[in-house]
Amino acid sequence: MIDLFSRFDEMIALRETVRGAGREDPFGLVMERVLSPTEAICNGRETILLGTYNYMGMTFDPDVIAAGKDALDRFGAGTTGSRVLNGTYAGHKDVEAALCEFYAMDHAMVFSTGYQANLGIISTVAGKGDYIVLDIDSHASIWDGCKMGDAEVVPFRHNDIEAMEKRLKRIPEGAGKLVVLEGVYSMLGDIAPLKQMIAVARAQGAMVLVDEAHSMGFIGPNGRGVAEDQGCLEDVDFVIGTFSKSVGTVGGFCVSNHPKFEILRMACRPYVFTASLPPSVVATAATSIRKLMHAGAKRAHLWENSRALHGELKALGFRLGTQSPQSAIIAVIMPDLERGAAMWEALLREGLYVNLARPPATPAGMTLLRCSLCAEHTAGQVQRIIGMFERAGKATGII
Amino acid sequence: MDRAATEARIATLVTPFNKKGAVITDASTFAGDLEFDSLTVMDFVAAIEDEFDIIISMNQQAEIETWGQLVDAVVKLTHTA
Repeated sequence: MIDLFSRFDEMIALRETVRGAGREDPFGLVMERVLSPTEAICNGRETILLGTYNYMGMTFDPDVIAAGKDALDRFGAGTTGSRVLNGTYAGHKDVEAALCEFYAMDHAMVFSTGYQANLGIISTVAGKGDYIVLDIDSHASIWDGCKMGDAEVVPFRHNDIEAMEKRLKRIPEGAGKLVVLEGVYSMLGDIAPLKQMIAVARAQGAMVLVDEAHSMGFIGPNGRGVAEDQGCLEDVDFVIGTFSKSVGTVGGFCVSNHPKFEILRMACRPYVFTASLPPSVVATAATSIRKLMHAGAKRAHLWENSRALHGELKALGFRLGTQSPQSAIIAVIMPDLERGAAMWEALLREGLYVNLARPPATPAGMTLLRCSLCAEHTAGQVQRIIGMFERAGKATGII
Repeated sequence: MDRAATEARIATLVTPFNKKGAVITDASTFAGDLEFDSLTVMDFVAAIEDEFDIIISMNQQAEIETWGQLVDAVVKLTHTA
């Protein structure tokens, strides 16, 4: 018998290097208690959370929690069914209405996760003979959506407008084209020049999909994302988003003004062949989305936090993923995985949780300590975080 | 353009990516013999695409494992273009 697991040997070896003698396992952390959007008990220790995507701190919002409890009481624990059979409740229609209000768009379709939203929309919209032109640093869910569908897949260098244009121009006459971009790229926290890229895509006759998972609620005058911020949202055919970041629960969605959009509810397999979100989840999401429409003060504070952390870490001598703070993600570049894991552990012992990100999720084989800020982090917490980075960085020889 | 001329142009393009100076034959594999990782593949493919003004989609790349297969694919793509 051939052991099919032998293909994982390299991954097993890598895992061993990051949890060498006496180390805490970066991929086995357990949150024993969650105290607030910014604090938890991790591995028995009180810890500031700086790696949760809980950008707007909605997970413990009292209105959001009340809406969830009420739905749990009135509609039960789950739907036990697909959206197209018995799984569409009043709450599912209501959260889709909330998304239409939030984005000022005609249609919204909710999926059980953000991953499934990309998987479903990309694999269904682009078919055999069509071309998908996408950024090489796209999220795994975008790549998996490409792999699941039948279109030709053509990547281009990260944020390279000219490389994208060249590829679009070489696509055979008559073929359908879908350009797939992200507002914020989650590994380095950098944003895309969407205005120029979308103008080029449009000029070449392509439809445009933008994943705004890491910008919703935070970037843009109404929190609609990078495309809104750059004034080109009306030229986006499909916006993909998630409830598991700023919205504070779980689920994914696509919003669009395409007149035939509703047919996707029948054509899109990751929408049809899975159970719908529980009533409590869609109730919390709808309440959270409507509150995010009026969260200008929180957005301003989150930007203050992002600027403060970015500026201070840079001044301490850390290498960062972006020259200026572009989003709520600040990526600290580590020299290699081993020292990255040591720094991660030193921070955890200080009482700080960040994400340890490594290849293949990261671009150019980098090891990153990825920090994502929350609007509920106080200025005092940000100062404590900076002190922890300074001590851990010196102890591990990173700075 | 015949196969030899196409191969010569691709051979010029591969030089900066062939860091170990491996001797290339039709049977040389990119992942094995040339030790290309995914980023190197992207840059090398982009260089070929720009040189010949063609698209080699990832679907087509999946069928290309050896140098000989790459040359054949480029010959075919330039003739249909």
